[in-house]
Amino acid sequence: MIIGTAILSSASMLAANVGKTVSDTAAAVASHAGNASNGNWVIEHVSDSHTLDFLPFGEIHLPHFPPIHVAGLTIDMSLTKHVVMMWIAALLVILAARKAAKGYKKSLIPGKFANAMEMIVLFIRDEVVLPATGEKGRKMLPYFLTLFFFILFSNLFELIPYGSAPSSDLSFTASLALIAFFVIQISGIIHHGFFGYFKGLIPKGVPVFALPILAIVEILGLFTKPFALCVRLFANLVAGDIAIFSFIGLIFVFGTVLIAPLAISFALFIELLEILVAFIQAYIFTILTALFVGMAIHQEH
Amino acid sequence: MLLQLNPGVIIWTAVTFGLLLLILKFTAWKPILNALNTREESIRQSIERAEEAKKEAQVVLEENRKNLANAEERAQKLIKEARELAERLRSDAMSKAHVEANSIIDKAREEIERDKQQAISQLHGLVAELAVQAAEKILSETIDVARQKKLVENFLNSLPKN
Repeated sequence: MIIGTAILSSASMLAANVGKTVSDTAAAVASHAGNASNGNWVIEHVSDSHTLDFLPFGEIHLPHFPPIHVAGLTIDMSLTKHVVMMWIAALLVILAARKAAKGYKKSLIPGKFANAMEMIVLFIRDEVVLPATGEKGRKMLPYFLTLFFFILFSNLFELIPYGSAPSSDLSFTASLALIAFFVIQISGIIHHGFFGYFKGLIPKGVPVFALPILAIVEILGLFTKPFALCVRLFANLVAGDIAIFSFIGLIFVFGTVLIAPLAISFALFIELLEILVAFIQAYIFTILTALFVGMAIHQEH
Repeated sequence: MLLQLNPGVIIWTAVTFGLLLLILKFTAWKPILNALNTREESIRQSIERAEEAKKEAQVVLEENRKNLANAEERAQKLIKEARELAERLRSDAMSKAHVEANSIIDKAREEIERDKQQAISQLHGLVAELAVQAAEKILSETIDVARQKKLVENFLNSLPKN
């Protein structure tokens, strides 16, 4: 009964999202003087912006802050669409996690909601973090749990009408990857000492002539890992977005409504796929971070 | 535009993530993880206790079985003893009765013998006297009674007994 309602409500939400996309596309194409063949409007729509649009109910222009100049960098701390979405996602994570935590106050037997959350928490703990990092990773569980739920909720914003996934923003994923980078290096340094950790990066018994090359490769590897994390999450999320817009855009490119059933059913299919992608990408980001932390802690080559 | 990094968003994300981590760590993850650990521990202990109880029950059952077997054995022994006792009592009583009967018969026999002897000796006296009186009458000549008696007695004694 509850599952049926949930499926029905999420299906209607997906349909509403597709409807919203259609109207967005129409508006975007209209603003490009009816020329939909140039895909710029897709990119514009997927990108971050300083307005929250609630068309047809109007739009909210987010406040601008004067840019700060630090060490030659111009930092614009103005709020953007993705920042607001990220905050909403964070708020939802807090609400969900605290509701689950309250479920344990009365007894050790969780309620329905806490049970669902517990399933994910147990999965992250027993299948993702502990096998990758060993018992030493137990202390870092809050980080991985926060990471997983934050990315998951951010990803799911792609499926909500008027929502936009903060994780389809390169800056968002870059920030998370940067944090992951520091977490990985610091956990390695804590376990092996500063010099021990960097010495341990180069495998033992390497011939002397290969040492400089290997050192460069290993140090590059430290940066490529989080870089891959960042790009993977961003690309997966933004690809879904672009695919949906492209399918809807077909209606306007061909200029006929006849193609609409095909385009909309394809878009709906991609939306369903995006549910899967939302979970999978959150899982992949978390498990890869856990694996890299595990590799930093256990430096055997 | 799509691939541009916006330092502002990077900083906002980092700040948001940091705050989220702090808030969740203390208000959600710690209670949840602690509850999970406590529950796992309690489940483990329950299983261990059940295992122990099972073992104990096994021991008690074994003991009960042994006790039952012992009791059975003792009961059998008691019955056997009682039966033996009864048997012995019965045979004792029987032999005693036998002996008594025999002694009564013996006594009776002795008495009969004694009476017979007495009767015989009385008969001897009577016969001697009668003989003497008869002889007196016949001989009309009285001889010394004592002498006569002695003669008869001697004669009687020479007769075979019974």
